Amino acid sequence: MTANYKPVQPARLFGVHATPRNWHKLVLGLLPFILIIALYAYASHARKLDNPDDKLLPGFSQMVEAMQPLVMQPSPRNGQYVFWADTLSSLTRLALGCSLAFVAALWLGLNMGAFRGLEASASPFITFISMIPPLALLPMLFITLGVDEVGKVALIFIGTFPLMTRDVFIATKAIPREQLVKTLTLGGTQLAYLYRIALPQIMPRALDTFRLSLGAAWLFLIAAEAIASTDGLGYRIFLVRRYLAMDIIIPYVAWITLIGFLLDWALRVLARRLYPWYAGVNSK
Amino acid sequence: MNQNNKLSIEDVYKSYGNKLVLDNIDLKVAAGELCTLVGPSGCGKSTLLRLLLGQEFADAGSIIIDGAPARHPDPHRGIVYQKYSLFPHMTVFDNVMAGSRLSKQAWYLPWKRDKDDEAFAISMLERLRLVDAMRKFPHELSGGMQQRVAIAQALMSKPPLLLMDEPFGALDPDTREQMQIYLMELHEEHKLTIFFVTHDLDEACYIGTRLLVLSQYYTDDRGEEPTVARGAKIVGDYRLAREALPTTEKSSAYFKAFVEQVRANGFSPNNRCHVRDFNLKHPHSFQTLTREENQF
Repeated sequence: MTANYKPVQPARLFGVHATPRNWHKLVLGLLPFILIIALYAYASHARKLDNPDDKLLPGFSQMVEAMQPLVMQPSPRNGQYVFWADTLSSLTRLALGCSLAFVAALWLGLNMGAFRGLEASASPFITFISMIPPLALLPMLFITLGVDEVGKVALIFIGTFPLMTRDVFIATKAIPREQLVKTLTLGGTQLAYLYRIALPQIMPRALDTFRLSLGAAWLFLIAAEAIASTDGLGYRIFLVRRYLAMDIIIPYVAWITLIGFLLDWALRVLARRLYPWYAGVNSK
Repeated sequence: MNQNNKLSIEDVYKSYGNKLVLDNIDLKVAAGELCTLVGPSGCGKSTLLRLLLGQEFADAGSIIIDGAPARHPDPHRGIVYQKYSLFPHMTVFDNVMAGSRLSKQAWYLPWKRDKDDEAFAISMLERLRLVDAMRKFPHELSGGMQQRVAIAQALMSKPPLLLMDEPFGALDPDTREQMQIYLMELHEEHKLTIFFVTHDLDEACYIGTRLLVLSQYYTDDRGEEPTVARGAKIVGDYRLAREALPTTEKSSAYFKAFVEQVRANGFSPNNRCHVRDFNLKHPHSFQTLTREENQF
């Protein structure tokens, strides 16, 4: 007779063996968001009881009220919807600066990783300039390139380009030598190796780096807009700061965060679609 | 001299820093041989293969493949490595088609379809029982399947000389035996010339038509002082009779005795053969000794 043991039930939430169900994960994932919003609502309400004119922690209805003219009504000055105009100009600058830096970094890093001669010349230089704090260059950029779009795009470019280049370079160099020999013995040229073998292999990693660089890019964008600009999300935040307009600043920050989150997610989905082999290779 | 030489190596030396690895290597290989190269670990088997491949170059001597000196890697030589042979971002089918596309099409245009080559690729995949895995990526395959794809990929370009660097080294014994049989069949079917490096003496004796033993365990007339830098030489060169393919041959008494004899003559530091007495019985075997090596 074999004893009738109960089947083992895996732990759901606690301990190292826990395997949460999907709805567990959803609830647990939303929990911090709900907590922080509730905490804010409570604090805001408490301050309002103390001082009905409090500006530091505006309630949600106050924020909606303050944002309404910016989002829904054209500005009497130039007929634009301020919120959307800010979003568009900020995203244009971000997209231009980041994509230029990405393409340049991809090309230079790939060539540095494949050609030892170029590596010898470019690698120490790129390592050196990646140590320059980009914000320290901001005055120089504004003086030489002017305070309109070029200067801001240039700051984002300079801020993200060296790091992405180094990462692409390292990834290209890490491709086993066998892959090059294989390409050549199969009749491929050196450029065929570069663009048909090496480039697709580093693309998913390069997209990862691009994703991570977006955080830095936002920093440079906001800084540039704060100092010299006439529109943009960063500009607006620093403008209304003078009136302690927390009811505008908080929604703007939340909006920037949401855009950043969605960009990150879209890039991750794109990488998974375009390079389905990448996750499998890495998990081995 | 035999005019049908695929490969001829003469007086080749190679050292890394102060360590002499290959010491006056002479070798001619005729077309159609499946030449296996064995030797104790660290004797320089892979170094010799890299010289043939053009991944590295000899310090002295000449390496001639099909009448032309070996330069940087090119389609004159195919290669199958133990790993990293396949392109991880291509499916099995694309990996097998890589040779056709890379050699016949411009790198900056999208790949065009090539009906003839695709048909040949499919037939090769059928032959190696890989059709079902055609749309999979290499990392989704077992080790044995990956190596079959690597062989198909190399054979697509019909290289005049196929180099293999321990291709079955990472496989389990059953898969390995299966792969050995596949390789022997392909060798006969396509009249290939193969240079096969392995550390497994059984495997080398089993699949080869010619067995080369590379070893640093030998003596010569240069003396025994520690100042004498001595590298590996080809200490054995046998013609192997390979009539039948059954794997039972591996357990026959004759086969075992032969393996033991080769092992004793090449793999033991305590049993050093003199350069004059190397077992170079193969008809294509030759050896040019320097005056210092052979003083009598």
